[in-house]
Amino acid sequence: MVKLTVDGRPIEVKEGTMVLDAARRLNIYIPTLCNHESVSPYGACRLCMVDITTKSGRNRMVTSCLYPVEDGLVVKTSTEKVAEHRRMLIQLLLARCPESKELKDMAVKLGAHDLLFPKEDPKTHHNCILCALCTRACAEIVQQSAISLVNRGVDREMGIPFFDNSDLCIACGTCAQICPTNAIIITDTKGKRRIEMPHNTMEFELAKCSVCGRYWLPKKQIAWMAKKSGQPIEFFAKCNNCR
Amino acid sequence: MNRLSSVKELEELRKSIVQKRDVKKTVVNICGGTGCLALGCTDVIQAFKDEVDARNLGDQVDIRVSGCPGFCERGTILTIEPQNIFYQRVKRKDVAEIVSQTLVDGKIVERLLYPDLATGKRVVHENEVPFYTKQKRLLLANSSRSDPENIDDYVYFGGYAALAKVLGGMKPEEVIEEVKASGLRGRGGGGFPTGRKWETTRHAEGDIKYVICNCDEGDPGAFMDRSLMEGNPHSVLEGMIIGAYAIGSPEGYIYVRNEYPMAVKNAGIALKAAEEYGLLGDNILGSGFNFHVKISRGGGAFVCGESTALMASLEGKVGEPRAKYIHTSEKGLWDRPSNLNNVETWANVPLIINNGAKWFAGIGTAGSKGTKIFSLVGKVRNTGLVEVPMGISLREIIFDIGGGIPGNKKFKAVQTGGPSGGFIPENLLDLKVDFDELTRVGSMMGSGAMIVMDETNCMVDMAKYFITFLLGESCGKCLPCREGLKQMHRILTRITDGEGTMADIELAEKLCSTMLDTSLCGLGASAPNPVLTSLRYFRDEWLAHVNEKRCPAKVCKALITYNITEKCPNCGLCVKACPEGAIAAQGKKKPVLLDQEKCIKCGTCYDVCNLGAVQVK
Repeated sequence: MVKLTVDGRPIEVKEGTMVLDAARRLNIYIPTLCNHESVSPYGACRLCMVDITTKSGRNRMVTSCLYPVEDGLVVKTSTEKVAEHRRMLIQLLLARCPESKELKDMAVKLGAHDLLFPKEDPKTHHNCILCALCTRACAEIVQQSAISLVNRGVDREMGIPFFDNSDLCIACGTCAQICPTNAIIITDTKGKRRIEMPHNTMEFELAKCSVCGRYWLPKKQIAWMAKKSGQPIEFFAKCNNCR
Repeated sequence: MNRLSSVKELEELRKSIVQKRDVKKTVVNICGGTGCLALGCTDVIQAFKDEVDARNLGDQVDIRVSGCPGFCERGTILTIEPQNIFYQRVKRKDVAEIVSQTLVDGKIVERLLYPDLATGKRVVHENEVPFYTKQKRLLLANSSRSDPENIDDYVYFGGYAALAKVLGGMKPEEVIEEVKASGLRGRGGGGFPTGRKWETTRHAEGDIKYVICNCDEGDPGAFMDRSLMEGNPHSVLEGMIIGAYAIGSPEGYIYVRNEYPMAVKNAGIALKAAEEYGLLGDNILGSGFNFHVKISRGGGAFVCGESTALMASLEGKVGEPRAKYIHTSEKGLWDRPSNLNNVETWANVPLIINNGAKWFAGIGTAGSKGTKIFSLVGKVRNTGLVEVPMGISLREIIFDIGGGIPGNKKFKAVQTGGPSGGFIPENLLDLKVDFDELTRVGSMMGSGAMIVMDETNCMVDMAKYFITFLLGESCGKCLPCREGLKQMHRILTRITDGEGTMADIELAEKLCSTMLDTSLCGLGASAPNPVLTSLRYFRDEWLAHVNEKRCPAKVCKALITYNITEKCPNCGLCVKACPEGAIAAQGKKKPVLLDQEKCIKCGTCYDVCNLGAVQVK
């Protein structure tokens, strides 16, 4: 076990725990956009920056989602400098995705009121902040890696290869579920699942429940489940309610 | 040949190479480095071979295609042994004369000698050329006298003696202690103590440990590592083998960018030769120590020079950095302990082992030991690679070695450390160059690029130039670097377009602070340096752009106009040269007329006018 203090409060956590998780155990709020308990930490949004002082006296700022706890570590989660940097970071995001409700809400929470940078055309990035939660979820949870980050630097975008239809995508919707800014939108209508990615839209056929007749899952997802579980396709003919 | 199976056999080999070589024989060393290659050395080399053949001089003269002597401004460069005659700017047409005059008759071809910039006096010998006199060439000492493709040349100059010393009786811990005591710090930019890095990797837990040579040099204007890898690859390799022994690593990688074809080629030749000689591979020199090296070619992303991005790239992944809270010496390549050092760092190792830590620590300043190679470029008369002891002043490098600023212009600033280094102004020219001093004034050592700027450079424009470079090279993973550089570029564009305000300057400063503190890797965290130092030392220029809508250096197009003065006699040069047809004649002896509406401010008229009749305002 490792002993540290966060904002003056002592806590003891398992070795290998990240500072962010230790702070959350104490109900201390640290804003994050690219962090999720279901996928590995990444460190893209930098909002979870905290001020740390190590036992040897070294003081610096680190991303708490990636910094493992140390004995004697003193963490300050909301110094004026930390707050200032967070405001600047959210401003950068607001310029990129000016219509995102989630970002606007967070900006208010962080005290960033007046816009510092000119807004970009909302159609350029469609609320995608490139946090890579979707790509990590697709790779680590679904294990399909149907979506990835393409290009480099300012040209970086999230998408499926060549922004075309994807053979790998099973239309499960995990990416939309995990997206912190609703940049991926899923709508099910008339036996079709429509997935709107920032730069392309795909449609998938849904399967009907053999009992109630309601559409319940994409056919490709059923095929994927059958393959993963080793059960025959017919095993998934009934929906959860009719089972 | 048979693999050398002991230290003794290596020494015997060396003896036989030395004995075979006739030191009195004439050798023409022609630089085959990239700089001279671009200036046509291939033709010169061929012409020499043809001429020597035609005159049947093959027995008396050796032609050697050597590594880079560093004085790129004056290529193609050649030195003639044993007299040490130094010829510069040699062209194909000069070869016959050199052969007949110097090689046959023993006379000097005066016009090919280097003219001293101050006195105009011609200098005969390499060691008397002012460019070299203030240098301390340890790493570059033998490049210009050896064929990098020939391992025997390296062995001749004592190559692999350090490895023999290490394998012949030093414990790994002793090697690490020696490197620690030498005070060697990483030459890639960070300046981390090399010995300590080795020690951490040695003590880290892992089934396999790796050593990596970083030859992914990507700074604009920098070619130190390139030149070392091209001109003296065995020195780098020997350093790596010694490091691998000290760390306990069986496997190493040379990560070299594919845009350096000669470095890739020569590293490959060196690896093969060292393996054939038993200096690399299994059971090196019969010691039982095994070490294998592979070459990995980089695709040219600047960010892959960052250690974690480089390792990701080596693994076959996208070259993006990761947080280094867990050091690569503990979890690096394939999550195994990995020791990465820069080309120049590795090349220093044999010197330290051969001459001792005390000798090495005797060169340089309190915190920075040894020599450093800089690529001196930009507005300086002697462009090239210079190797100087740490602690030498910027003034000595730029004015004594570099020969000062061309065209009677005034020095304005020097940028050290690559695109994310800072600009250092004239009043700091006496700064002693070492890791700590450069950082203190807001710049950095970086890998050793040194770009000199004169009074015709606008410092806002220069900051914008480097931000543009970094913007193109940011990997895009973390927010402050990707979006921060984008916004910074917009702010700088506003200012250079004459649309900037004081609020823009304040915003730039705030943004710099956030990028510095919150970026994931060194690229983003050091990207603000050009902006911050430009603001710190050249604030006046920024204020002129913002408040007076004026570019004092007359660079920013939106803020200048070209005007024809009364001096113009209507010679017509500019009328012909103007790409937009914006200049029209007004009749005999009358000044031509420039149409400001059509003018794109390319500056062609200014450049072609011999009478100074074109004015920039």
